[in-house]
Amino acid sequence: MSWLYRFASPATFYPLAGKLAPWFFAASAVTGLIGLYIGLIEAPTDFQQGEAYRIIYIHVPAAWMSMFIYVLMAFYGILFFTFNTRLSAMMMSALAPTGAMFTFVALWTGALWGRPTWGTYWVWDARLTSELILLFLYLGFMALQAAIEDPRRADKAAALLAIVGVVNVPIIYFSVQWWNTLHQGASVSLTASPKMAMIMLTGMLIMAFSAWMYTIGASLLRVRAIILEREAGAEWLKRHVAEQAR
Amino acid sequence: MAIKARHRRFAWIAVGVLALGSATALVLNAFQSNLVFFYTPSQVFANEAPTGRNFRIGGLVEMGSVARSSANVEVKFKVTDNAQTIPVVYHGILPDLFKEGKGVVAQGALSPDGVFVASQVLAKHDENYMPPEAAEALRKAGHPVKPQQEFVDKARYSVQQQ
Repeated sequence: MSWLYRFASPATFYPLAGKLAPWFFAASAVTGLIGLYIGLIEAPTDFQQGEAYRIIYIHVPAAWMSMFIYVLMAFYGILFFTFNTRLSAMMMSALAPTGAMFTFVALWTGALWGRPTWGTYWVWDARLTSELILLFLYLGFMALQAAIEDPRRADKAAALLAIVGVVNVPIIYFSVQWWNTLHQGASVSLTASPKMAMIMLTGMLIMAFSAWMYTIGASLLRVRAIILEREAGAEWLKRHVAEQAR
Repeated sequence: MAIKARHRRFAWIAVGVLALGSATALVLNAFQSNLVFFYTPSQVFANEAPTGRNFRIGGLVEMGSVARSSANVEVKFKVTDNAQTIPVVYHGILPDLFKEGKGVVAQGALSPDGVFVASQVLAKHDENYMPPEAAEALRKAGHPVKPQQEFVDKARYSVQQQ
């Protein structure tokens, strides 16, 4: 456990995050280009939706990340409450904007997809509504944290919202099974074989990987900014800056 | 064994999340009927659909049931879940994916003569993606892509609940 505590210290994590971030961005760019090439050029058209289905290469990875990032935030929130580690709270805050962005992308691309296929941009079905609530949870999280002056109290309040809000994630995921929705069921799940052609699935999974790498890179950069803000004036930071200047 | 402060804090979080989760499950269960986006024909026949206000029906467009009138944009078709069937009449433009044998969700009200008068018709596509050649090959091999099984499954489930 001691190595874990060492990396939970901002002094160790700050330079490490700075070194790792560019690699994650590079991985995201490379896999993103490959994924888009497979999805938009290599993969065939769909037998019922024609070209419109190609939005899945953006829509599905964005929707997956929107849910997964919230679970991660709740996880960091629990770590923060349990172990009182500052860095956990910082990671939680660093993830929120990326999560909100992916949620917005999922909703937006979904609307653009819905118009030509369903015949409407938006319906208030269980899947769409719960995903919209997720966007409000992300925005609420960021607003709550920004509204409280004292960073420690802000972290506590925000962590509580992250943990409470995580109840929404299984509702989003299972909404298409539990209730009649206009949104179709999952094409890819852990319990059933994928309901899509292999090359389409490959493109989508590569795009999901790219979204993952982007998320890690972006949150590492953001957590560095948060560390700088919170630890301004700390001895280790002064030493680090002095070393970098040499 | 002494209980450390962090164990106690973690236990409180676990209890809190559990309590919240159960509360949410109970609430969702209580609102079950308000969370469904549409009712299947079987549910309508089992009187599960609301009366006296607009609601949505969902199912498959019955094969060979679509009749367009040449005089205006009136379309007549039948919605089925392979157990029950409801005739629908609609004035308006249909979405591109509206097809016989495919999923559809129509909003409107049931008229006294049992015809569903729709004010909006949406296509419900499924979660299968494949190239047209693959779909054609499956059809030739005698295993066509099944129309949304969920309509049939949910209809059966709803009838079993009776």
